[in-house]
Amino acid sequence: MNIHEYQAKDILRNFGVVVPEGKVITAPSEAISAAKGLGTSVVVVKAQIHAGGRGKGGGVKLAKSPEEAGKIASEILGMNLVTHQTGPDGKKVNKVLVEQGLDIATELYVGITLDRTVGQLAIMASTEGGMEIEKVAAETPEKILKEWVDPAAGLRPAQARKLAFGLGLSGDAFKNGVKFIMALYKAYTATDASLFEINPLVVTKDGRVLALDAKINFDDNALYRHKDYFELRDLDEEEPLEVEASKYDLNYIKLDGNVGCMVNGAGLAMATMDIIKLNGGEPANFLDVGGNASPETVENGFKIILADPNVKAVLINIFGGIVRCDRVAKGIIQAAKNVQINVPLIVRLAGTNAEEAAELLANSDVKMEVATTLKEAAEKAVASIA
Amino acid sequence: MSILVNKDTRLVVQGITGSEGTFHSDQMLEYGTNIVAGVTPGKGGQKFRDKVPIFNTVADAVKEVGANASVIFVPPPFAADAIMEAADAGVDVVIAITEGIPTADMVTVKAFLESRATRLVGPNCPGVITPGECKIGIMPGFIHKKGRVGVVSKSGTLTYEAVHQLSELGIGQSTCIGIGGDPIIGTTHVDALKLFNADADTDAVIVIGEIGGSAEQEAAVYIKAEMDKPVVAFIAGRTAPPGRRMGHAGAIISGGSGTADEKMTALRAAGATVCESPAVLGDTMQSLLK
Repeated sequence: MNIHEYQAKDILRNFGVVVPEGKVITAPSEAISAAKGLGTSVVVVKAQIHAGGRGKGGGVKLAKSPEEAGKIASEILGMNLVTHQTGPDGKKVNKVLVEQGLDIATELYVGITLDRTVGQLAIMASTEGGMEIEKVAAETPEKILKEWVDPAAGLRPAQARKLAFGLGLSGDAFKNGVKFIMALYKAYTATDASLFEINPLVVTKDGRVLALDAKINFDDNALYRHKDYFELRDLDEEEPLEVEASKYDLNYIKLDGNVGCMVNGAGLAMATMDIIKLNGGEPANFLDVGGNASPETVENGFKIILADPNVKAVLINIFGGIVRCDRVAKGIIQAAKNVQINVPLIVRLAGTNAEEAAELLANSDVKMEVATTLKEAAEKAVASIA
Repeated sequence: MSILVNKDTRLVVQGITGSEGTFHSDQMLEYGTNIVAGVTPGKGGQKFRDKVPIFNTVADAVKEVGANASVIFVPPPFAADAIMEAADAGVDVVIAITEGIPTADMVTVKAFLESRATRLVGPNCPGVITPGECKIGIMPGFIHKKGRVGVVSKSGTLTYEAVHQLSELGIGQSTCIGIGGDPIIGTTHVDALKLFNADADTDAVIVIGEIGGSAEQEAAVYIKAEMDKPVVAFIAGRTAPPGRRMGHAGAIISGGSGTADEKMTALRAAGATVCESPAVLGDTMQSLLK
């Protein structure tokens, strides 16, 4: 789960991670009083959307007076912000964060995530703040410092000091930097995060160390321990069909193609998308209906897939294992009758009792094409919209 | 031979009285798996289906009936504890089926297992089967056929697809291992390949991977350096968009790395036969075995 910068900063503040003072607003008129309340001569107005690259896209601007902050806020609020992460359509800005301006001496980077190769958390730090860290990692990997956390010991102060020295910090900035890193680690583990990215981490001319930007992703598997975080979800930032699918407990991701697909199991669902593409089509979605493919989930799956106007054909690929194919076939026939399907439907059921299932499907009064192999299914789906 | 599990495996089912545990214990018993015990804390002394003794702890199951492998159907909040309990009791292999265990819990589990001899398979996996001998997990037993091809995969139904293709062509399997799609797993592609490489009854291996992480690239390094047997590989998710979690918690392309193409390239360069299409895994293996 992703959250906004202002929400991430609120969370970090609670764990003693220093962030600039700021206020989130939704109307331009609030910007002037928000800026006045911050008490700095310069303030920053920042668009709040779930995407990086906001500055380059024109969503982050400096204001030298509260009035200017009001003017900038009126420009940014409601704008369609396009960044390298939003896609060409951009995202509408519904909230802006008005924040204290800082007297910045240096911009750094610090991040925390799981290093899957060792199964431990890695704290990463770099002097290349404000840059895309993937680019730094690819081009100048020596500029990324890494410390791995032994789960029994937790992050040791000596490791935080090593990172702070490595970043070239000294004096007050060093002390504050060590405190910052220790607090950040504490926040990461306490929130069951899957990613923390502070880019840039700034050092001010008076030696303070603050998170100028903050990105937090949570581990979805651990959200049951943090029910209050559900309130942080911003449905405006999510694809409406995905929000709808999540109500049915369906694992659906919308894509740009026109062949809708419904599959049981995540790996097979990806493989089905791949084989559609391999046969010259474009998948419209990822949809894993789970191991059982019950009539209810199939029916809900149809509703979600067909709500996407780009979908010109639907391919169902179910591997009937413990749940026999003939049972799945009956479910598909029932679901197809309950939902109006006006596009070609191609069904491939493999596994146990696949032959009986094919016969059931072929003899039903629901119009569909039946395929036996994965290849045949993909070919038929792509051909049906040619 | 086969690997990890065979006819001598004495299985304890953790969470045997839950709905998943009950359903799949019946399926495993039907397949012929030797389930010697179940564990549900507080239900010690009862019996499952009037024959399998239930214990309060895994340690009791090891002591009383000699369990040497465990399968876990415990819900996510308690699964990490269940894995560590099994390791503490000294079983050789723990197979964790549970999906949705928090990553932080698995960080702890991984560190805990390092000082112990127990091997973990999973979590978030279909399990391990040695056809005709022992089925541990949730895979449909009857699609498998006894034979000499090993299968290792991060996915459930995609593995069944591959196994089904093999069996239809008359190619049997030595052992099929679902290693799971989570960011932290006990047995990796490399671990499984090492076991298959050393197994006298395995002639060739199918490796199925997916986007996210670098386990397949590490497998490529091993294949190039050590693997003596032919490997057929498929990577799911070439069409997956970056930054999105594709069902499995670990299936995500982040920061431009973990793509299917980079994994396929690495495996191909290591000498594996990489299939572009998941529909030709069986045919490809057949042509290699000729």
